Amino acid sequence: MLRLEPRREPSRIMFYVTPFLAIGLTLVAGIVLFAALDKPPLPAMRLIFIEPLTSLRGVAELLVKGTPLILIAIGLAISFRGGVWNIGAEGQFAIGALAGGTVALAFYPTTGWWLLPLMSLAGMAGGAAWAAIPALLRTRFNANEILVSLMLVYVAVLLLSSLVHGALRDPDGLNFPESRLFQTSLPILIEGTRAHVGFLVGLVAVLLSWILLERHVLGFKIKVLGQAPRAARYGGFSEKGLIWFCFLVSGGCAGLAGLFEAAGPVGQLVPALPSGYGFTAIVVAFLGRLNPLGVLLAGLLLALTSIGGETAQIAMSLPSATTAVFQGMLLFFLLAADVLVNYRPRWIAQRSAAADPLARSEAPVGTMQRLPIP
Amino acid sequence: MRASRLAKLVAGSAVAGLMALVGWAAHAQTKPKVSFVYVGPIGDHGWSYQHHQGLQALKAEFGDKIDTNYVENVPEGPDAERVIDQLAASGSSIIFTTSFGFMNPTIKVAARYANVKFEHATGFKQAPNVATYNARFYEGRHVIGLIAGKMTKTNTVGYIASFPIPEVVMGINSAYLAAKSVNPNIKFKIVWVSTWFDPGKETDAAKALVDQGADILMQHTDSPAAMKFAEEKGIYAFGQASDMASFGPNAQLTSIVDNWRPYYIRRVKALLEGTWQTSDTWDGIKQGTVSLAPWSRKLPADVVKLAETARDGIAAGTLHPFTGPINKQDGSPWLKEGEKASDKDLLSMNFYVAGIEGALPK
Amino acid sequence: MELLANILISAMIAATPLLFAAIGELVAERSGVLNLSVEGMMIVGAIAGFSTVIATKSVLLALAAAIASGAVMAALFGVLALTLRANQVASGLALSMFGLGLSALWGQGYSGLSAPAFPRLFVPGLSDIPFLGKLLFGQDGLIYLSLTMVAAVAWVLDRTRLGLIVRAIGENHDAAHAIGYRVVALRYLALMFGGAMAGLGGAYLSLVQTPLWVERMTAGRGWIALALVAFAAWRPWRVLLGAYLFGGITILQLHSQALGVKIDAQLLSMLPYLATIVVLVVISRDVVKVKLTAPQCLGKPFHAAD
Repeated sequence: MLRLEPRREPSRIMFYVTPFLAIGLTLVAGIVLFAALDKPPLPAMRLIFIEPLTSLRGVAELLVKGTPLILIAIGLAISFRGGVWNIGAEGQFAIGALAGGTVALAFYPTTGWWLLPLMSLAGMAGGAAWAAIPALLRTRFNANEILVSLMLVYVAVLLLSSLVHGALRDPDGLNFPESRLFQTSLPILIEGTRAHVGFLVGLVAVLLSWILLERHVLGFKIKVLGQAPRAARYGGFSEKGLIWFCFLVSGGCAGLAGLFEAAGPVGQLVPALPSGYGFTAIVVAFLGRLNPLGVLLAGLLLALTSIGGETAQIAMSLPSATTAVFQGMLLFFLLAADVLVNYRPRWIAQRSAAADPLARSEAPVGTMQRLPIP
Repeated sequence: MRASRLAKLVAGSAVAGLMALVGWAAHAQTKPKVSFVYVGPIGDHGWSYQHHQGLQALKAEFGDKIDTNYVENVPEGPDAERVIDQLAASGSSIIFTTSFGFMNPTIKVAARYANVKFEHATGFKQAPNVATYNARFYEGRHVIGLIAGKMTKTNTVGYIASFPIPEVVMGINSAYLAAKSVNPNIKFKIVWVSTWFDPGKETDAAKALVDQGADILMQHTDSPAAMKFAEEKGIYAFGQASDMASFGPNAQLTSIVDNWRPYYIRRVKALLEGTWQTSDTWDGIKQGTVSLAPWSRKLPADVVKLAETARDGIAAGTLHPFTGPINKQDGSPWLKEGEKASDKDLLSMNFYVAGIEGALPK
Repeated sequence: MELLANILISAMIAATPLLFAAIGELVAERSGVLNLSVEGMMIVGAIAGFSTVIATKSVLLALAAAIASGAVMAALFGVLALTLRANQVASGLALSMFGLGLSALWGQGYSGLSAPAFPRLFVPGLSDIPFLGKLLFGQDGLIYLSLTMVAAVAWVLDRTRLGLIVRAIGENHDAAHAIGYRVVALRYLALMFGGAMAGLGGAYLSLVQTPLWVERMTAGRGWIALALVAFAAWRPWRVLLGAYLFGGITILQLHSQALGVKIDAQLLSMLPYLATIVVLVVISRDVVKVKLTAPQCLGKPFHAAD
């Protein structure tokens, strides 16, 4: 029977090969899916994976779509490395947009070079403040942060919606639920497209988080906290301090991402602003193996398939569910293929499980596999 | 070593496969392409479904003179602009964006594609290549208000509302005034569910209303859940957006049907003939954009007569659902005797008329 | 009195899909698996049940289909998270997205149809008793089944050997494995039970609560169910309490509006979530108590050659 044996150390080859393997498997499965739906499968694959990359416009859109995913997932990767399960980034995203947007609206119509930085600060502060709630409840009352941060997503989305229907509504907008258009917007990176400086900020975040995690003592402490909370305690680290740090950083990143969406592509506050980036970013963080560079690539890959999915939808009149299923398959294979990094598949004759000397969970457990103990 | 060769092989073949696929080219477009952007799934049996019926009508009307395509489930957030842009970039001649939240994205994209025509539903911003259109649903609400006033035994109408935007508030006021005109004792109980679409919650709201004495349901949310519930309870209800008789064969008295076909056909015809111009259209019963599903057999002849008289009066322009004297809820006067509401007043309506109980959420 | 009974019944109905999904997830989590794809399993259960009842007119077959499809989804999660040891949080989210897409694809063509009314229990005599009769004896069979499931899960987990083993692998899978229990196999079973219940919860929505199919009709209930499990500190009877509390608040919110209480509807809609947080804080303050019930191996990967 086929058996998975733990490797002595993670395979470097598999580390790079598995994503391609997963994409290959997704292509095969996708071809089957589209053939079953009576749509030409190869053109569909081309539309999803290649077409968006063939035009400047497509590449720019890739950056637009990828920016919030990367920015949020970077914060989450740090947080998850520390074993802090903030899954409420969607809510922090909404509050960040709300806080930054409120600043813009408060100064309306005054504008100046200082406005955008101020909005960004407010966005970050807003996201961090919203993340501070689960941090406080976890450190002070031992309340499960997965649950608290998830519940707060709904509260945040309703709060945004409520304010956009009320206090922040555009006074000249015939009472429709949206704010004024902001008097300022993010500088555009590529003339004639929507790609904005948020992507550069995302790159900076990738770099900073890499330094933090790989080169800084704080990052070391976070990783110890995540892998061996007890060791962290004995090591004299402030567990509560680290938990706060993780929440504030991930909340701040999500808040900034929210503000960038509001002040960039959208240009105003609308109830539909939180459209799932906060949740997708969780998957991005894991696909990127909680590694900043990996997060960058995973974010771009997910953005690519989303945009490609839309392209295919338009070109082939596909129902939107098809691309959702396709993307689900891609995630499935990407997550599944990662097993090869830490385990070696082996074909062996039937053997009694109990007699297997390797049958202990002393297997090397990659960081990406450590998980949520509420 | 073996593993690394395998790795190269896998990576290599994946790349080769991708390269091979690049060779595929899309078919060139020569015919005018008509595109639609929907906010929900075409299977929602409500708002997006009805717009998609319009697309089908275009196909039937113009046959192979046009190409059509659509994108469904487009969220009103940051993705909308990209989808619209992509349609414009990929050769669409005219793009119908069918939800209010697509307004600013449509305007932005339109500025980049001067040769492409845009049509935005329910918004208020136009441009030389952006027209807007909407339907006077409140006219339909007037008719169902009359029917409700006559048919209720408990004098209580249950109203499931989504969000307090002018469109919805207008509908409540219109239905209430009509019901009141034929039944002075009428009461409206209104529940705001803060969603356009959550069948479970809509059912719960319908239940709450019925438990509190409502025996007729109206809704301004998109799913047929309330209709289904009314059928089960053996009470009456009015459908929304599409004919919901299949969900409530005994419950549905009639339904306000959004019929976008005439408008879409008119506009695409203009496009084909080269006479398309920007415009702001607000059609109603007269043009057929707002229509009423076939009357239920349960309606007595006199009620049918009342409803048809009102419908025909509105169509003929002799009856306006908002004709004074009408006071606002707080008692302040709104319309003088015989005065008719202006479109601007209607489109920014943010108050209940006198007689409705409860506060309008802000 | 009549109104109160009606409010209580509505609350029970609103709570039942949550209760099914949550009690199933509880079992999975007690065995040490955190499956976040409840929403996906529910929506697939909803369309499986609905499409089956349309095809066969049989409510029983529909329920069986919902149960089976939920279990298959859970098994898929098991392949990822147990066999291939992918991260559980990410796997759950990914499968949730997959489930939503799959159900939409599956459900094309079913959107205009409606299911036959679900049979209701009626006990002559008893159901006619004012107030209590309607409340206790006039409901659909699935409500009684959901209550039975709570009792059964509570009994199995606390009083049987199987329950002891499930708890043991959730508490310390290495120790359980050393004693000779088949950790992965048992976790698959617990997961699939969870999936089956989630599928049933979804089918409750599409067959009983709103007997029709519309895309995304679960509208976030799977996430609430997940929250309820932790809210209940992994105890079956508290899941029941939590689900009914949640259902109750939702329904009361709607009733208070119909009565004309002047509160912002959207702020009112936040109430259930805020209430969950508050209750959570209150019960979590006692560290020792929580430690006693939270499965210690929840979400941790397990490797053994079995």
